Amino acid sequence: MVPLSWYLIFSAALFSVGLFGVLTRRNAVAILLGVELMLNSVNVNLAAFWRYGNVTDIAGQVFAIIVFAVAAAEVSVGLALVISIYRKRNTVIADDLDMLKF
Amino acid sequence: MTVDQVIFLAVALLTLFAALRVVTTGNIVHAAFWLIAALFGVAVIFALLNASFLAVVQVVVYIGAIAMLFIFAVMLTRKEMRDRGPQLNPNWRFGALLAAVAFGGLLLIVNGWSGVTKTASAVPSDFDAVSALGNALVSPDAYVLPFEVASVLLVAALIGAVYVAFNQK
Repeated sequence: MVPLSWYLIFSAALFSVGLFGVLTRRNAVAILLGVELMLNSVNVNLAAFWRYGNVTDIAGQVFAIIVFAVAAAEVSVGLALVISIYRKRNTVIADDLDMLKF
Repeated sequence: MTVDQVIFLAVALLTLFAALRVVTTGNIVHAAFWLIAALFGVAVIFALLNASFLAVVQVVVYIGAIAMLFIFAVMLTRKEMRDRGPQLNPNWRFGALLAAVAFGGLLLIVNGWSGVTKTASAVPSDFDAVSALGNALVSPDAYVLPFEVASVLLVAALIGAVYVAFNQK
């Protein structure tokens, strides 16, 4: 059996890689790719805690399902925004989108 | 090492490698394909955890819908595929440092937590996780309210996405 700590370390590493992507990529679509990795690492944690806790209490899996729904909503709105911005400004580089700056 | 551990290590290393390629590769289409590899690795991890429904949903929703959406978005913003200049912003070293600090902090927390040595009890033979999950999602004294809120959120997000991306001319 795989120790619980391996899952936790794996998910921490996946989260950090996603965080690195979110903080450093210039392309807005690539930033959303990083967010997906972070949401996935959370799901690994939820599933691992469900398995290593009380298996008959299904709450961990329910929580993971909710995270799936939130991720789908986040991606659809995020990509719609990227496409809309691309139509108006002809760029997907996050640094170029500084209309709100004075 | 047992077979489980060997499979876990192989899948976890492949997934982390794919995730690293997602955040570092120059071609954004390749990044989307590496994301599919990483998502598939996470699906295998779910299968290792006996979370069969989550593994299937991971493949169907994440790879089937979300990754495809990403590939479409990359194609629709095609002119930026060969980005001008570098893919990482100038202060990427600071971002890398922050990510490393986050990883170190999470490791410290995992290390300091006493429950980390917990072992998994065997799944009872008469326990069907999928039907328990289905019942929990629609039972009024369990999670029907969060489930309905999530579906309303999803509908609102999809309508909003159509409205935002719609070409008003």
